[in-house]
Amino acid sequence: MTQQPVINVRNLTIAYGDFVLLKNIAFQVRKGDIFVIMGGSGCGKSSLLRVLTGLTPAASGSITIDGINFAAATPENKEKIMHRCGILYQSGALFSSMTLAENIALPLRQYTNYSDRLIRELTELKLALVGLRGFGEFYPSEISGGMKKRAGLARALALDPEIVYFDEPSAGLDPISSRLLDDLILDINQSLGTTIVLVTHELASIFNIGTDSIFLDASLKGISATGNPKELLKNPPNDQIRQFLTRGDK
Amino acid sequence: MQLTYNLNQKILDITLRGDGLHFDDNRTKDALLLVLDTNGLTGIRIEAAELGRWDSTILALLFDIARSASRRGLSPEYRNLPDNLSRLLKLALTVNRKPDTGTDEKLSFLEKIGAKGIAVYAALAKGLSFLRQTSASVGRFLRGSAIMRHVDFLFALEDCSYKAVGIVSLVSFMVGLILAFVGAVQLKTFGAQIYVASLVAIGMTRIMGAIMVGIIMAGRTGASYAATIGTMQVNEEIDALKTMGFSIEDFLILPRITALTLTIPLLTLLADFMGILGGAAVGVGMLGISAAEYWHYSVDALNMTNFLVGLFHGLVFGIIISLCGCYYGVNCGRDADSVGKATTRAVVSAIVWMIVATGFITLIFEVLGI
Repeated sequence: MTQQPVINVRNLTIAYGDFVLLKNIAFQVRKGDIFVIMGGSGCGKSSLLRVLTGLTPAASGSITIDGINFAAATPENKEKIMHRCGILYQSGALFSSMTLAENIALPLRQYTNYSDRLIRELTELKLALVGLRGFGEFYPSEISGGMKKRAGLARALALDPEIVYFDEPSAGLDPISSRLLDDLILDINQSLGTTIVLVTHELASIFNIGTDSIFLDASLKGISATGNPKELLKNPPNDQIRQFLTRGDK
Repeated sequence: MQLTYNLNQKILDITLRGDGLHFDDNRTKDALLLVLDTNGLTGIRIEAAELGRWDSTILALLFDIARSASRRGLSPEYRNLPDNLSRLLKLALTVNRKPDTGTDEKLSFLEKIGAKGIAVYAALAKGLSFLRQTSASVGRFLRGSAIMRHVDFLFALEDCSYKAVGIVSLVSFMVGLILAFVGAVQLKTFGAQIYVASLVAIGMTRIMGAIMVGIIMAGRTGASYAATIGTMQVNEEIDALKTMGFSIEDFLILPRITALTLTIPLLTLLADFMGILGGAAVGVGMLGISAAEYWHYSVDALNMTNFLVGLFHGLVFGIIISLCGCYYGVNCGRDADSVGKATTRAVVSAIVWMIVATGFITLIFEVLGI
């Protein structure tokens, strides 16, 4: 699955005021990869995701998505790039005043000229893809946490994005739901060739679906390892990574 | 993209050619679905050897065809369908957890009335239970056994006292001014414009001051109570309090009720004063009444009974506003939309209950000759 990089991060520094969280980090995400950003709590995983998705500006450095410097792009260009990306937030982030179908239809209505009928068909399809066929008229408050995440994924996939970002997709899910979500991510990745960027510290997910990864280290304020997670487990570059990947085994 | 189909000996052959991006041809789809409805259809073949690029719109089309076929007990035969498209179609068709929505039976007119009655009874019971628990909390407070953090009380007091002085002063001044204007128009025709001073003084102190403060505080502080407590409900902070064994009435409601009930009578006094000042601005500035004369007539019209009636209204309004704000906050749902609804309901119900209470108080005082 070796492909050209779809996301290229160079000399990226993330800081909140004087507090530098990550300094001069660099990595590449190749097309079709399931790229895992991992590391201990407080190492800057979620902050990095916020910067990658344009929610927080970087202190310095560049993020190039398909050749366009996302960090320095005009708001219009940023919006165009973001149309090609989908994001699944930890809680699903569904709009509570809308039904699941309305949540999924929202980006389709906003950014396409599709007829109402096609939007309805696409909404049904996306719900079916995530195993929620028939739940279109339900409100987010009427479904479980796992279902909210799947509905959030259906919304993230509404515009057939080329890149989908996931923020802790397994958080708060039971092992079976977590596994089902992993399988779904894998299915989407393999069927649509979607590039997946995954922020997680859920080991099962990391080993099940991750094809490439970076390990963030709070003490280094940077990346301490890169590579396929299974390879990192086999040959851990340092003790911290070994402990992380083996749940602290001595 | 080109979509062609051909019905041959009860077998429908569908062919997809070219790039299938943004396929939104409803006329072709309708015609195809009509053919799918043909009686006695025995098979569906879908040929996609010449299908180029595709997106979800093609997947949606195939999904639709597959479901229509399935309703007729048929399963389409796919030929040369791209692997990834085939996998996604399989995923969409196989993962199917139909929700158990229960029976959707229609209710008769009487049943609807009955259901409404039950709902009203449940809402009343819930409201009364809240009142009972809050009263118990006030009882514990008076006995000194309530778990109320003093800092919460001080924060609540700060929020509904001096921070509200500006808006209460401005609105009350304007109300006094309007009252004087409206009164002057009529009184002037009898040459009795001097009684504007009495009209404003009695009107503001007896009821208008308290009502204006009530409305301002319902929109300002009552809404804030509902939103704050509602957000705590969304963030599961209230669940955390309950599981830690705290009484939410002591911890959340008591500081707010005591703060607002204490401050509204004081703000009513301020509103009375500012209203009289607004009336004086019109009387002295526009009706040609001297300041001394205006002062004299105002003091003559004022009496302790009117003051106390106004303060009593303020006290009652304070209790109503804080109860409504806290009640809708505590009973808020668990999503962002619910917080908005709780806030609106808190303000609307506080104003309605204030008007109802004013009606009762006026009636009772009338009967008692106060």
